[in-house]
Amino acid sequence: MSLREMDAVFKALADESRRKLLDVLHKNNGQTLGELCEHLDMTRQAVTKHLLLLEAANLVTVVWQGREKLHYLNPVPIHEISERWISKYERRRLQALSDLKKDLENNTNKKTKS
Amino acid sequence: MKKRPNLVYTTFIRTTPKKLWAAITKPEFTRQYWAGIDNVSDWKRGSKWEHIGGDKEREVWITGKVLESTPPKRLVLTWADPDEPGDVSRVTFEIEAIKDQVCLTVTHGNFKADSKMAGKVSWGWPRVLSSMKSFLETGKGLNVFAR
Repeated sequence: MSLREMDAVFKALADESRRKLLDVLHKNNGQTLGELCEHLDMTRQAVTKHLLLLEAANLVTVVWQGREKLHYLNPVPIHEISERWISKYERRRLQALSDLKKDLENNTNKKTKS
Repeated sequence: MKKRPNLVYTTFIRTTPKKLWAAITKPEFTRQYWAGIDNVSDWKRGSKWEHIGGDKEREVWITGKVLESTPPKRLVLTWADPDEPGDVSRVTFEIEAIKDQVCLTVTHGNFKADSKMAGKVSWGWPRVLSSMKSFLETGKGLNVFAR
């Protein structure tokens, strides 16, 4: 995932209304703009604007079915981000544990020597 | 009115449609990013396809028929656990080149009313697709079943 793509995801998620939109899709995936508006306290224009931003971040995927434009929550970019951070944190945790072990063992050695 | 698909996933991958098609249809590639599993078929319309464990036991996890096959653009499969052959659903892979990237959209739908499959695959698809992206971009897949 490129930095630009990741930026788009974080920017999209930084807004409460957009997170609410994703919550609504999470509960009931594949909705039209009209259906989404029923659940949200926002104007149709505002919902459209937020949806475009979410689409640009690839957090929402659009599927046309006949004349219906359906919106789906796409969790793939969120998974890519979590994958990146989780593996990093695990490496750091392992590193911290190994440093701790070294420290403790060194101290014990010093004590036995003195 | 046509039934709406239940699950839709999209990922943008820096690759070519041909390479992406090969990554979905060739077992020597799928086993490197799809939890060690081989996707096996001749990928012709009407043929059988199988999702087989890449280890010695060769357990068949998922099986189905190829409904549509237009390389390197569109592949439509039926999808069922061989232990529950009545619980059939449908998976569509759509591949579209956009500048130097390829957009892959996976749609999983047509679930039976009491299907258990949607719950199972909604956990797996985002993992498999981000692993596929890593594999195609870096040559190395992710550990799909890491929790």
